Amino acid sequence: MDMETKGICKVSSFNSIKIRVEEVNFFYGKKHALKDINLNILKNQVTAIIGPSGCGKTTFIRILNRMHELIPDALLTGRIFLDGQDILSSCIDPTEVRRRVGMVFQKPNPFPKSIFENVSYGLKVNGIRDKNFIEDKVVEALKKSALWDEVKDRLDDNALKLSGGQQQRLCIARCLAVKPEVILFDEPCASLDPISTAKIEELIVELKKNYTIIIVTHNMQQAARVSDYTAFFLLGELIEVGRTGDIFKSPQDKRTEDYITGRFG
Amino acid sequence: MKFPMKGFKEKLYINIFSILAFSSLFFLGGIVFVLFKEGLPIFKKVNFFEFVSGRFWYPTYDPPEFGILPLLLASFQVTLGAMFVCVPLGIGSALYLNEIASFKQRKIMKSLVEILAMIPSIIYGFFGIAILVPFLQNLLNLPTGLCAFSASLVLGIMATPTACSIAEDALSYVPRSFKEASFALGANRWQTLVKVVIPAAGSGISSAVILGMSRIVGETMVVLMLAGGAAVIPKSFFEPVRPITAAIAAEMGEVALGSDHYHALFAIAIILFFITFVFNVIAESISRKYRLKLGLAQ
Repeated sequence: MDMETKGICKVSSFNSIKIRVEEVNFFYGKKHALKDINLNILKNQVTAIIGPSGCGKTTFIRILNRMHELIPDALLTGRIFLDGQDILSSCIDPTEVRRRVGMVFQKPNPFPKSIFENVSYGLKVNGIRDKNFIEDKVVEALKKSALWDEVKDRLDDNALKLSGGQQQRLCIARCLAVKPEVILFDEPCASLDPISTAKIEELIVELKKNYTIIIVTHNMQQAARVSDYTAFFLLGELIEVGRTGDIFKSPQDKRTEDYITGRFG
Repeated sequence: MKFPMKGFKEKLYINIFSILAFSSLFFLGGIVFVLFKEGLPIFKKVNFFEFVSGRFWYPTYDPPEFGILPLLLASFQVTLGAMFVCVPLGIGSALYLNEIASFKQRKIMKSLVEILAMIPSIIYGFFGIAILVPFLQNLLNLPTGLCAFSASLVLGIMATPTACSIAEDALSYVPRSFKEASFALGANRWQTLVKVVIPAAGSGISSAVILGMSRIVGETMVVLMLAGGAAVIPKSFFEPVRPITAAIAAEMGEVALGSDHYHALFAIAIILFFITFVFNVIAESISRKYRLKLGLAQ
């Protein structure tokens, strides 16, 4: 195990580990996209994944809920533990993993259905039929994602009528409705304006009370604002990980320093 | 120095290609004009309502009867029957190609489907007469295997590639992000297909169905060869019928130029033209709405 991973264990000995990534390598066809990744993700913390384009950030979070299996020619080796259980094991149903590890995408991608149907979708595909229960959960999820006041009078409107920022909060609500334990955010503010971005960031900080959060971001200020831990990826390698304050103030690796001071990337 | 004038050659090219491009408009206009010019005179003899709802098509009797209801119903019947074949086959294979087949399989299968679409209709008709008709006759002990059923079955197979490739296009327009969102919420493939992909592609698929229908309604060779040709109001799928296209094709060669019968055939052609035109407009408007709905460019 590499030094950085031990470091993160030490500083956070009070926190328990939610996800443990061990010796993970990932290939797209011949491209070696992730190289020997070892990383612990701590419970009820926000971990930011930073790095230049093409460094494997998005690939990395996609393997955490087995979304990589939708890509043809993908090969993953290594082990990923969620609460100590290996989620890559072939006897584990990927749909179950995805229910526990939710995901919010770079571009808001609501279904072309009503707001209500968007949020209730996850419950319905997971076999819940009780209408009152579904209704309660939809309202709860919309409140948690700070969208309720804006949409409570038009739950039957098509979700595509919402603004970009609202759509993204709807996607968060949709994800919260299935009660995941971990939420993966893949550059959730990449296509949003500053005000919507601020709302989403506020929401992320709020959500960490109940969820473990991993956020991929291009925006260093965003990582500094929302995250407790930061991991820096470069060309498929995990270069450095630590408390966000430490990474930004006194990076251990020259490459991390160069990146966060804007010398490349 | 002045800029050189636009060259003579360039002007020539622009004119040549403009003429070529507008020629199809010219042909369309010409066809419509001739259809109406030759078709409308029949309505001086029979009024439009009698023409469409008349139960007897005896154009050569004295006095002749020009009621095309049996022909229209036969077309309707054969089209309906063919839809039962081509909708499940075409859409089923589109779903397979888009959702289940591997990349390599899809490539091979798609080109096979396109080859199926290239086979001339006379070959389908041939196949029907040589194999399907005798088989059906023996199987069901019919007086003749030339009936609405045979025509429907062969037409349905013929229209399958059209329906399949349009439906496949519609499915492939469904953004990947919808599927990913569905999977990320813990849905399996089947749920994603039924609850997200098919509804999102729904209007595209319905325009595939309508275009398939329009191909079937206008198809002539197969119905001429297989439907049996009896101009009576259809009562079952296992009796000979005469759809409108078969009537035009069979009778046009023998009719006296300028006679009432001749004008009646043109009037039938106007109706056929109108039906396929409406189908195509509906299909086009549905698929435009659908592209807007998914946020795709026109």
